[in-house]
Parts: sequence; structure tokens; C-alpha cells
Amino acid sequence: MIELKNVTHVYQDENNVTALNDINLDIEHGEFIGLVGHTGSGKSTLVQLLNGLIKPTQGKVIVKDTVLTGKKVNLKDIRRSVGLVFQYPEHQLFEETIYADIAFGPKNLGLDKDEIEVRVKEALNLVNLDYEKFKDRSPFNLSGGQQRKIALAGVLALKPDVLILDEPSAGLDPQARDQLADLLRILHQEKNMTIILISHRMEEIAYLATRVIVMHQGEVVLDGTPAEVFSHEKQLHKLALDLPQITEILHQLRAKGYALNTDIFSIQAAADEILNALRSKKKC
Amino acid sequence: MIVGVNMSLIEVNGVEYNYNDDQNEPALSNVDLSIEAGDFVTIIGSNGSGKSTLAKLLNVLLLPTDGKIIVDGLDTRIEDNTWQIRQRVGMVFQNPDNQLVASIVEDDVAFGPENLGIPNLEIRARVDKALEMVGMAGFQKYAPHKLSGGQKQRVAIAGIIAMEPKCLVLDEPTAMLDPQGRKEVLETIKFLNEEKGITIVNITHFMEEVTSADKVFVMHQGKIIDAGKPVDIFKNIDKLKEINLDVPVAVEIAAYLRRKNIELPDILTIDELVNSLC
Repeated sequence: MIELKNVTHVYQDENNVTALNDINLDIEHGEFIGLVGHTGSGKSTLVQLLNGLIKPTQGKVIVKDTVLTGKKVNLKDIRRSVGLVFQYPEHQLFEETIYADIAFGPKNLGLDKDEIEVRVKEALNLVNLDYEKFKDRSPFNLSGGQQRKIALAGVLALKPDVLILDEPSAGLDPQARDQLADLLRILHQEKNMTIILISHRMEEIAYLATRVIVMHQGEVVLDGTPAEVFSHEKQLHKLALDLPQITEILHQLRAKGYALNTDIFSIQAAADEILNALRSKKKC
Repeated sequence: MIVGVNMSLIEVNGVEYNYNDDQNEPALSNVDLSIEAGDFVTIIGSNGSGKSTLAKLLNVLLLPTDGKIIVDGLDTRIEDNTWQIRQRVGMVFQNPDNQLVASIVEDDVAFGPENLGIPNLEIRARVDKALEMVGMAGFQKYAPHKLSGGQKQRVAIAGIIAMEPKCLVLDEPTAMLDPQGRKEVLETIKFLNEEKGITIVNITHFMEEVTSADKVFVMHQGKIIDAGKPVDIFKNIDKLKEINLDVPVAVEIAAYLRRKNIELPDILTIDELVNSLC
């Protein structure tokens, strides 16, 4: 689906920061990638390359058989197949009605009126907002959480094959966060989308992703299943990255001598695991 | 009552607030609370619970529709008090990019004291001192846009500290920061509270910021529905979840283990949980 070959990117300004350093990466169709790393590790540069917003200084970026780094690339096609949801996407709402805002992308694709309407309906349905109730309202009179849903619907209406989200849950309350997680799960499992999620919330990454990629100073330093990546406790701490809190608790208990499986990412299952360990072993 | 004697730093009495729009429910109703000088207070509540409205009332950005707020003996409803109150209660907002106005850090920090009419020499001293207090000494000549989110937010805090306030009200100051930035800001406000005696009112969604507070107020639908120490607030997990709030993972696991007859002391943090199990 996505291939990066020896990709290096150096920002051409007074600092000449090397944002990406010789990255090689293959992402298959249907993967759910959790992309983590410190601010400045290169995550945002990487996803901007995938959507053709920037071109690498060196190397090849291939998305769905199209070489983005080649000549005569139709960026419109790329942006239709790779949907990018920026941080705080609600800051980019601008139309008078919710309908018009979500329809903006599909309209630019040159779709006809009926198809656009179908897409707006579908997109609102996906984010759990009632079409009739919301279509004529102004996006600016909604709560922050609802505004974010509208912004997301605008990207979903493009029906991308790959959906990239940069910190989509930042600032949301627990309920809105859970709804977003459910939506991403549906998009991945039922709509078969390839998803790349950038997040500092390791709970979210562990719970949703099938593969976790950790970046540091422009390089991929860890790449594997959540269980594999989060077992590198020391390395993650050294990179000043958190473990999911559950993992942190399980690791610490294991270090104190409890026989525990640390490969657990739900609170309920972790609590049961701890209980079993407590019952099978006297206090340490 | 004699003003200034036996009084809390901030007294909120029977406050109601209505925004002038089509909403029927007031943003705040019947809010009573007091904040003592030197306290570290945290306010939690889901989106739309009235937290930010309350914060703006403390700093006279809004006036109560009903009821009254007394800050250091000054009634916020009296117009002549406004600037005195704002000098005593400084506000820090969520987005650091919206709060920095100057092109270099020291000018930004000087902006507040300049408006207070403080002599130049003293401003310079205050700016340097404030930057040192937030761990940004040496950044005087930096351009704010070159700083990280956590650094920007600390510069915003320095700008308030330079006005020598008694109280800092922070409205989700870490919501837009990465984990590193969040730690920096939290450590800074703890330092200001513990070492400099500045009263802190921190509004947050992050439960790890709640556990270290002296007192927590829980807001829901414009009302204060619970108040107390963190360990007492987190005793009622079901209620917190019902009103759409997080509970620290360690607290939740401890509660589950207690239900299964494992004896545990009060637990707020991961370290407390691990140590009490070993």
C-alpha cells in the first residue's frame, strides 16, 4: 500500500534540520499503524510525505503503485486516496453550513450532486451525527467535540483508502475519545481502511493499533506489534516516551517478582491478571 | 465581616452565569466555593460543565449574572476593582500560541508589568526573575515561535508571574502539549505553589494533574457536585465515570482488587499501587 525507500528529508531553512534520515518502511493494506515519538521525531514530516504535501530531499515514496516522488504525479489522486486529518482539524472548518463543509472535498473531486449528497450522509452517519438535524446548522455553533467530528467527516467523505490522523483525541473528554476509538475501529475493521494514527496516548495506541512504529530523531527505532514494542520498556523510557499505564503497572509488578503476563491492554483483563498473580503467590 | 480578615483568597457565593444565547440552561448555577491562599486547587469536569466559565469569572473576564465573587476582599462586580483583581489573579489559557504577543521572549514577559505602569528597571528585574522561576532563564532573546509548546506555555506563565499575582488560574494549560511539555508545565506550577506560595487553580482533563492537588472541585452541568481531597474524590469511581470523567488506572485497578477482598490502603498513583502490593 505504502512504501518508503531510503527516504531522507532535510528542511531547507537556516537550521537545515534532518527531519527524516534514510527511512525504509512498508505498510500493507489493512494495517492499523500507531505512530509514536517525541515532538520533533519526524512523525509529522513522514505523514506529510505520504500525502504529497512535501517531497523528500532523497528517496522514493510510493502510495498504491504511484511513485509520489516521480515526475508528473497527479497529486489530486493521491490526496483522494490518502486522507490526512491534522491536529485540531476543527480549526479548519469554514463553511456556513455543516453540509457545505463536508461537501467541499467531494465537490473538488468533481463528483455530481447526488453522489455528493450520498457521501455527506454517509460521512455524518459514520461520525454518529444525525444528517437531518445537523446538515443546515453552522459548524461554529457546535461543541469542540462535535466540530472535530464534522472535520473528520469532511475527510471521510473523500472515501480515502488510507486515513492518517495526527493526535485526533487531543483535548477530547473520555466519552468523545471512546466514540472516536470506536469509529476508528469500524473504519479499520468494517470499511477496510488502512489507518495511521499519531498519538501521545499510549493507551489508545495499544488498544487500537496492529503495529506500532516508534520514531526518534528522524529514524524508526522500534517497529512491531504493541506487545513487542511496549516490552522495550527501558528503551521507551530513555526516549522519554510513556508506556501505557496498564503496561507500566504490570511491568513493575513483574519486576518485583510476580508471575504476570504483561501483554495486556485492557484495565479489566489487567486487574484479573494481577488478582490471579496475587492469589497464586504470597506477598513479595 | 471585615474585609481582608478571616477571608479566603477567593470567595464565590451563589453564582449563576447565563451566556446570551439560545441555551436554556445557565452555564453556571448556584456555585459556592472558597479558595484559600496558598492552596493548589484542581477543577475537573467534562466539556461544557462550566469550568472555563468559572475561570473567566475569577479574572473578571465575565461578571456573574447573579451572586458575587470576592477576590482578596475585592468584589468583581465593582468596575474600579477590575485591574486590581486581574493583577492578583492571572490567567493562563490552553493555546500558548494565542497568548504570546511579542517577537522576543523578554518583551512578551514584560508586556503585563508595562501595562501596570511599573518603572523600566524594575520590569527588567521582574522579567529575569519570572523567567528563572519557570525554568526559562537565558531565553530572554529567543523568538517565541522557535520554542516548544511546553516552553511557550512556561513563557506565558512567566508573563503572568511578572505581575506578581497571588493566584494563577490555568484553564487546561497542558491540553495542547505533548507529554514532555505537560510535565514541564506541571512541575513549574507545583514549584510556584510550593516554593513561592502562589495559589494555583488548575483546570484539567488529565488525572495525573489531579492527584497532587490539595483540593479538587468536580463540576457537572454548571454545578459543583463534589469537593475534597483527591483520594476522597476518587472513592466514587462510578459517579465520576457517569459524568464522563477519567479515573486514574491505578485507582481503578485498586478498586477492583478491593472488591475481590484484597486489602489495600488509599491509592492514587501507579507507584502507590505497586508498593502496596509488594
